[in-house]
Amino acid sequence: MSAPLLEVRDLRTEFRTRAGALRAVDGVSFSVGQGEIVGLVGESGSGKSVTGFSILGLIEPPGRIAAGSIRLEGRELVGLSHRALRGVRGRRVAMVFQDPAATLNPLLTIGRQMRLALSAHQALGAEAARARCLAALRQVGIPDPEARLDSYPHQFSGGMRQRVCIAIALINEPRLIVCDEPTTALDVSIQAQILSEMRKLVRETGVSLIWISHDLAVVSALADRVMVMYAGRIVERGPTRETLRAPRHPYTAGLLASLPAAIPPGAPLSQIAGSPPSLIDAPPGCAFAPRCPRAAEPCRAEPPWSEDGARAARCHFPLEAGAP
Amino acid sequence: MIAFVLQRLWQAVIVMLAISLLVFVGVFAIGNPIDVVLSPDATQQIREETIRAYGFDQPLWRQYLAFLDRLAHGDFGRSFLFNMPVLQLIGSRLPATLELTLTAVIGATVIGVPLGMYAGYRPDGALSKIIMAISVLGFSVPTFWIGLVLIFTFAVTLGWLPAGGRGETARAFGVDWSCLTLGGWRHLILPAINLALFKFAMMVRLARAGTRELMLSDTVKFARAAGESEGVILRRHVLRLISIPIVTVFGLEFGSTLAFAVVTETIFSWPGVGKLIIDSISSLDRPVMVAYLMLVACLFIAINLLVDLAQAALDPRLRGARA
Amino acid sequence: MNETGLSRFWADFAQNRVAVVALAVVALVMATALAAPLIAPQNPYDLATLQLSDARRPPGHVSALTGLHYWLGTDAQGRDLLSAILYGLRISVMIGAAAGAIAFALGATLGAFAAYVGGRTEALLMRVIDLQLSFPAILLALVLAAVLGQGKAQLVTALVTAQYAYFARTAHGAAKAERNKEYVEAALSTPLPAWRVVFRHILPNAMPPLIVVATVQIANAIALEATLSFLGLGLPVSEPSLGMLIANGFQYMLSGRYWISIYPGVALIVLIVAINIVGDQIRDQLNPRLQR
Repeated sequence: MSAPLLEVRDLRTEFRTRAGALRAVDGVSFSVGQGEIVGLVGESGSGKSVTGFSILGLIEPPGRIAAGSIRLEGRELVGLSHRALRGVRGRRVAMVFQDPAATLNPLLTIGRQMRLALSAHQALGAEAARARCLAALRQVGIPDPEARLDSYPHQFSGGMRQRVCIAIALINEPRLIVCDEPTTALDVSIQAQILSEMRKLVRETGVSLIWISHDLAVVSALADRVMVMYAGRIVERGPTRETLRAPRHPYTAGLLASLPAAIPPGAPLSQIAGSPPSLIDAPPGCAFAPRCPRAAEPCRAEPPWSEDGARAARCHFPLEAGAP
Repeated sequence: MIAFVLQRLWQAVIVMLAISLLVFVGVFAIGNPIDVVLSPDATQQIREETIRAYGFDQPLWRQYLAFLDRLAHGDFGRSFLFNMPVLQLIGSRLPATLELTLTAVIGATVIGVPLGMYAGYRPDGALSKIIMAISVLGFSVPTFWIGLVLIFTFAVTLGWLPAGGRGETARAFGVDWSCLTLGGWRHLILPAINLALFKFAMMVRLARAGTRELMLSDTVKFARAAGESEGVILRRHVLRLISIPIVTVFGLEFGSTLAFAVVTETIFSWPGVGKLIIDSISSLDRPVMVAYLMLVACLFIAINLLVDLAQAALDPRLRGARA
Repeated sequence: MNETGLSRFWADFAQNRVAVVALAVVALVMATALAAPLIAPQNPYDLATLQLSDARRPPGHVSALTGLHYWLGTDAQGRDLLSAILYGLRISVMIGAAAGAIAFALGATLGAFAAYVGGRTEALLMRVIDLQLSFPAILLALVLAAVLGQGKAQLVTALVTAQYAYFARTAHGAAKAERNKEYVEAALSTPLPAWRVVFRHILPNAMPPLIVVATVQIANAIALEATLSFLGLGLPVSEPSLGMLIANGFQYMLSGRYWISIYPGVALIVLIVAINIVGDQIRDQLNPRLQR
């Protein structure tokens, strides 16, 4: 593989609060290759969405990117001017949000919203713009796009609305799309349709996806690789199938064990004891230690990455292959 | 859509009936009804004739029906003070008030909304703080007091603008307008500012609150993620979305502006219906009071209907529901 | 709100220094207004103490007859303006507070009652209230003041009639939301009398928005009273409120004797602005959408 499409190094994103600086993202590094689908998994508040927003330079005060580097196609994004960032957003990297009903402007036709996004980067004639909009709608599998261009968002179903959002994200042909829980608000059957649509899209256009979700089932069905976040850090990464089949980090194992499907009928539901730590003035060492069944004295110190081929976990006592 | 308008018109008729009842009770039934139609210096004989002619010896509900009948025929009686039919009197004063009110409300909106959006977009900026301070003042300080300060500053101390009256007017559509002459504008500007300040404060607040909330919304984040410029986001998304509450308030406030014109017209001796109603209240010219109240109620209903139509025009979701 | 809630609320409030100053101003003005008879140099309502030869003296003038120092000048009747302002504030504050309190009690009860009974009674009540809300309060107060005549009780009646609807609408909205919650359903299914459920459970939860409305409406009542008095429809001339002082000074303003109108106006505005700033701060604090 040549140079990755996206390379994030030691990203740290903080929010100023009354109680002190909140480290929502604390030293995250990863890369995304051309045409790759990377799942970013974690509980709410683990920093996965903030990571996504950081990549697009959409962190608003009181938040800021405090340190680190984000390189897209070799170009450094951290520290770019607003103007330069605006040229990147939508054009090189786009984003799709969780709730399509809240995302689309209810007062504008979808054609109008698509043209607004298009004209942010390209000055096309009316005919060319229309053709581009229709093509994008077709790409995401919206039937009869000519007729739907003048419809308003409320005239679409939830799944169709999310397809419209994806079409808007696609309209300037970005190389990377950050998808922030895009199927969470949808019915399971619609969810499955969109997932297969997305896979097709990646195959046909070579676009890369960062798929942010708390839903392991969705990620396992879609992603090539998965990264698990906890308390602002990536604690485990690796190819989806192996990672989810035999997790190395106790947190990943806990997440998997608490899936209802993983538990035999009638057996008590498993859960991870305790709750995520505060991200303000976090103590050094492993953030998961207070909840970890395997925690011991060394966990007070920063855990090392234990790497094994494509897989890695950040733990003093990683689970061995085959362990529960 | 037609069904909707018809339904609203039907509601309007009921509301007008209710208001006519309230006005009837408030102005006629309380106090001596004869005073309403007769000047105090009429002879005893005329008095008795009038009581019979107007049916004041009849039970109240009959009197109310007779009152309604007169209203329906456009007969609002005569003003004692001006000795002319009330309808004609009000008709001659209405353009001045409409001119003043419209100038104030439109000016307040056109200036207030952009400033409010700015204050919502940069809530911590120095300019935003100044805008908000002005809006708190405009919201808090009574209209009559602002009028006095304006007169004292611009008319008495600086001598830039006239302190009252309507100035030169020019005729258009058979009515005199101040805004068609330069002298008229000089007279119009202080009362218009006076009347506009409260609306301005309101528009600033509305626009600010709406913008502030929308800037945190997914719609704006999504537009930003698509690379749309802040100008496009503010104009195409935020302005569009806050326009719905603004139009609603614009309509409602137009009514209250008509009411506050009473104060402004008194201070600036602006010869509109507001000054007329104050004069008629202090001289107990009741037919004028009745006609004024019914007229304001009518205007209110018309404005509310227009607001509903404007909302439907702005919001496709309402169009769909009512189509 | 429990004790920690209250101290937390105050801690948040204290973050906004402007609001703290405004609160201090409100307290100070209220205190001086209530203590007016004790601290005013002169009783402005006692015509015997007024010196007509001292009429329209500029600020700082010392009376040749009584030796009284007119810090803020005198009005057309020779009243010491400072005393007149203190007494005028007293009237404004009392009328504003009385009208606000009565409108609060009446409106909140009506709104909560409508939400509680539901059905046609609710629809009818709220329809009337909406209708009244769409009608400008000042017009209503104007007509009522004209019909009822002059006097404090009449004025308060006019103000309450013009304002209770705001409380009713707010209480209705909040109570309606509360009414449908399960704990209220549960309380209603017990043999407790319904009015106790309304007062014990529904109304207390409608309090925060009502308090916000109350601060705004007290400020409005004070402004409205001043406006009516300015138009000559408020209180009798013998006991000038701030609005009337301003109205009386208006004619002299054009000849440069600004103080008769300006100082009472400044006092009025300081009070109203301060109340509104406090109200704004409370509103921001109670608005969950702006909480971070």
